[in-house]
Amino acid sequence: MKKTTPFFTFAIAFICLIFSSFSFASATENNEQVHEENHETHGPIDTPDKINGYIKHHLQDAHDFTFFTNGETGNHIGFSLPVILVDNGLHVFSAAKFHHGEAVAESKGSYYKLHHGKIYKTNKEGVLRMHGEHPLNFKPLDLSITKSVFGMLLTGVLMLIFFGALAKSYKKGPIPTGLGRALEPLVLYVRDEIARPNIGESKYKKFMPFLLTVFFFIWILNLLGLTPLGFNVTGNIAVTLCLALFTFFIVQFSANKEYWGHIFWMPGVPPIMKVILAPIEVLGMFTKPFSLTIRLFANITAGHFVLMSLIALMITMKAAFGPVASTGMSLLLSVFIMLIELLVAFLQAFIFTMLSSLFIGMAVVEHDHH
Amino acid sequence: MYNLIGAGLVVIGGGIGLGQIGGKAMEGIARQPEAASKIQTAMIIIGALLEGLAFGALILGK
Repeated sequence: MKKTTPFFTFAIAFICLIFSSFSFASATENNEQVHEENHETHGPIDTPDKINGYIKHHLQDAHDFTFFTNGETGNHIGFSLPVILVDNGLHVFSAAKFHHGEAVAESKGSYYKLHHGKIYKTNKEGVLRMHGEHPLNFKPLDLSITKSVFGMLLTGVLMLIFFGALAKSYKKGPIPTGLGRALEPLVLYVRDEIARPNIGESKYKKFMPFLLTVFFFIWILNLLGLTPLGFNVTGNIAVTLCLALFTFFIVQFSANKEYWGHIFWMPGVPPIMKVILAPIEVLGMFTKPFSLTIRLFANITAGHFVLMSLIALMITMKAAFGPVASTGMSLLLSVFIMLIELLVAFLQAFIFTMLSSLFIGMAVVEHDHH
Repeated sequence: MYNLIGAGLVVIGGGIGLGQIGGKAMEGIARQPEAASKIQTAMIIIGALLEGLAFGALILGK
């Protein structure tokens, strides 16, 4: 085991690096792309409706990074990410072909169009058959390295580098060096404050890898969401649902006899109550991961929404207070909320790990038999 | 329209709940300052559970 572990670490790191360098390669190709605008939603973002649309756009996943847009000329500054589609074979091309949804991308004789962040198969002219707001066109399986996927790969690589260095420094002596010195207290915090008291002294070790991974994964992604790169990964309900499902399956598969006994045949209550309690307890099995999903998703989404709305104050309040006062007000408020979001980023990672370990603890606890 | 009223009601309920949790935790810490860290952890967990409920209602109501 000792010999294979570094190999696996390097293999995973290598795969992640290939993926990210792939993204960067296509990024440098299309860096600072400039093109004409002809869409009705473009132009300077100066009305509440446009700001709302912009915030909603930010909260969604995207196929490219847009750092800023020149409001007058409509030029986007940023870089595109690779698109990978499965549709009668593999289609791999750069998202730059979409020109932010304004052009039809051609790949191996098929035509694709971007509509609100989703890719649809179209004819050569890029006509979307609309049903209300939703196109009826065929949606190919989209395995693209989107912004969120890129963020998760980046987090994986960062964690491998940080914790690989921390693990390696223990070979030299008991005291970690470099960045490991900052990480060791956090690892110990997760162990001593979260895992040990909730899971129990004899069983916590088995679950430490999961709890540590999920804690740092969520925390680093939350912090990445506060950078101007525009990540919103933990504010994506698919990501949080997947994380919660990990907890759900770990709880179900490590549960002991007493856990199932408490769900289907609650001990210590009259038989009629046992029948009434069983469906409630079964429902409880599913509401736990559901609440984990919603909590993380809603907190991060709400945080991004409030932050962007406060930044938008400098536009909406300009008419009433003048440019200097509105900018100052928006700056002060957004710095204040940003500091709170720094706290929330840690708190949500803590809560997710804490509740996960609480649920695991409930499933593996040894009851005293009287 | 009704979902906005519902959202307001959820926020009122959540606010009352969080106020109760925070207030009682403060009282507890004032009475037993040495138990502050334990009370804080429990407070955050209950707060998170309440928050999950409130957010769930807000999102389902949207």
